[in-house]
Amino acid sequence: MQNANELESFRSDVRAWVTANFPASLQGADLAGIAGGESGARASDTVKAGMEAWRQMLAEKGWGAPTWPVEYGGAGLTDPHADIIGEEIHRAGAYNPIPHMTGMGVTMVGPTLLEYGSEEQKARHLKGIASGEIRWCLGLSEPNAGSDLASLSTKAEDKGDYFALNGQKIWTSGANISQWCGALVRTDTDAGKRDGISFVLLPMQQDGVETRPIRLISGVSPFCETYFTDARAEKGDLLGNLNDGWSVVKRLLQHERQSQTGGRGVSMLDSEPLHVKAQRFVGMDDNGALVDKDLRQRLVRNYMDGAAHRLTAQRITDEAAGRVEVSAAASILKNSNTRFAQQKAELALEIMGSQGIGWSGDDFAEEELGIVREWLSGKAMSIYGGSYEVQNNIISKNVLGLPETTQKG
Amino acid sequence: MAALTEEQSILKDQATSWVETELPVQKFREFRNSNSDGGFDPKAWSAMVDMGWTGILVPENYGGSDLGYLTFGVILEQLGRQLCASPLFASAYVGASAINMGGNDDQKQRWLPGIVDGSEILTFAVDEQPRHQRDAIASKASASDGGFLLSGAKTFVPEGVSATTFVVAARTDAGDIELFLVPADADGVSRTQMDTVDKRDHARVTLTNVALPTEAHLAGMPSGELYEQVLNRACAGVAMEMLGVGCYSFEMTLDYLKTRKQFGKVIGSFQALGHRAAELYSAQEMARSCAEAGVIAIDNGADDQAAMSALSKAKTGEFLFDMSNQLIQIHGGIGMTDDFDAGFYLKRARALEALYGNQALHRDRYATLLGF
Repeated sequence: MQNANELESFRSDVRAWVTANFPASLQGADLAGIAGGESGARASDTVKAGMEAWRQMLAEKGWGAPTWPVEYGGAGLTDPHADIIGEEIHRAGAYNPIPHMTGMGVTMVGPTLLEYGSEEQKARHLKGIASGEIRWCLGLSEPNAGSDLASLSTKAEDKGDYFALNGQKIWTSGANISQWCGALVRTDTDAGKRDGISFVLLPMQQDGVETRPIRLISGVSPFCETYFTDARAEKGDLLGNLNDGWSVVKRLLQHERQSQTGGRGVSMLDSEPLHVKAQRFVGMDDNGALVDKDLRQRLVRNYMDGAAHRLTAQRITDEAAGRVEVSAAASILKNSNTRFAQQKAELALEIMGSQGIGWSGDDFAEEELGIVREWLSGKAMSIYGGSYEVQNNIISKNVLGLPETTQKG
Repeated sequence: MAALTEEQSILKDQATSWVETELPVQKFREFRNSNSDGGFDPKAWSAMVDMGWTGILVPENYGGSDLGYLTFGVILEQLGRQLCASPLFASAYVGASAINMGGNDDQKQRWLPGIVDGSEILTFAVDEQPRHQRDAIASKASASDGGFLLSGAKTFVPEGVSATTFVVAARTDAGDIELFLVPADADGVSRTQMDTVDKRDHARVTLTNVALPTEAHLAGMPSGELYEQVLNRACAGVAMEMLGVGCYSFEMTLDYLKTRKQFGKVIGSFQALGHRAAELYSAQEMARSCAEAGVIAIDNGADDQAAMSALSKAKTGEFLFDMSNQLIQIHGGIGMTDDFDAGFYLKRARALEALYGNQALHRDRYATLLGF
């Protein structure tokens, strides 16, 4: 248990520091979009310069990855301290761009490197992540290996001091703007499905790597197809043991689920509570209740689902204090969050009526257009990071101990 | 499971093992088969008194331990798991809450020690019609000769046959709903047992010009406030019992999924059933969070405890409704037989669903409390 006084004094220090240092030029800018590399081109030079200064300040304090050891660019803090940093940055209307700027770096690659990386690998890779300077993508899924990830066929051939990679990855988030990639590759074609897989790290800026953005229903292209043609991964960048990549990726995916159990960051859906939006679009009766009683019931169910999700996340955090086991709870929370968030977006759209079909232009408010795009992009929540159904497989097998019949290794 | 203090943990473990060894659901079956009146086994009830459970909400200076609502809720959850029948909830939870909040010192002195030692069995007499509605109270308590004259008809009163004292919700001359303590043996009080699917003690209580002294009026809170507060607490408590009923139903079902074989495999290996179990388990975890948050909000005196009680009853109700149906469905034919316990859980689930308002009522309350 943390000393409450110590945490409170830490909180006031953080608050003072954020207030003093968050650049005024960044107030109100679409920082998540810029950090994610989506609307960077649209940002003014002042905003870009402010963002870079802010990143450097956060990186110097180790707050890009506060819980990592200091020697790897973190701040060596506990989870409660890290939570306070996040809360105070949010409270000040500021934003910590580093996790977003590193793609999969802070949330997934870093924690896995900390666990499986050699001393040399940790020294070489972690600082660039914690400082927000190196963006990472992950080459996991393939056209014929989605939910059935272990059936992947991208091959890594042993060339002495390096591996030569050949094959195609898909749904590689940010591959076109990343500097490094963690890829799951087959290193032994004779072994069992999960036994011949290894996990390698490779630089993206090389001749053997080609990326093609995929345009989604929401109009954006966060994902790529990534082609490896004799792409080079150094032997020193094999993470974990040869042919033991499945253990590495299982851990990696646990970190992914963990990172997908909470909210979705800054959201147009949160610009006003849904019931307030409904009062505006749908109207109220004399008692102050929504006139559409069916909508009202579904709205309150969604509110309750949200409350139940948040209370469960809190309860599981409290129970897990001091323990590292995240797998079981993460599957439950990922699905409850997904259900809640997708339903919430559908309700917002329903409330807005035909304003909820706007794509662009002055006929629609920015907030309305934002909600429409979030409604569409949110459909991915039940697909990525292990689909809704895969999470239920995990719960039934790993949590409830029911026998597995659907996946053959 | 919420973080418990050492004392709470000890009480919980004691309750778990006592319930499993002394009052498993087989005891309920024997009791049901015996056709006895009263709704519970007196020996089990006095054991609960001896273990101090009746004093959990009672301040120490009135003979209790004052351990709070989460502690009581944890006991109710354990009792729910084995469908333990007793007046513990009606008297020592709901009744004690009414006295604690609405009673003056004399009233507390008069009633609380009796609740603790089990000599008094209080119960809340609210409903006058089949569907619970908070404001549908027609019973009248008219001022008369320095006291009150109370008339009305109550229905589905829990533990109504064994209660020694009714905590009656009635309207005063001003139209407010207030609570009155009515001895079951007072002139003008009559009661009849109702035969319900859960085979617990529910009674119809008729009050005809019952003369009450002023000290029968629990006047410690502003008009109407006590009634609301007691109901909020009652809902959070029912949610904890429902959680226990649902969790045990889940465990029975999971056990069956792992042992029952068809087509040469245990049926839990079929993905349709594996996913259903995963959904039920997730719903159970959500229900637990909401139920525990309901009683914790009361202990903390939280501003939103009314909304939290609605959330706890609605979300636990949602889980238990599905769980009790799947308990039968997944057990197949055996689940339909009276020899198997599943039916007891289904029947109790629906009795608890209706008690103090069903899911829909609490969703409506939640929306109203949030302002839409």
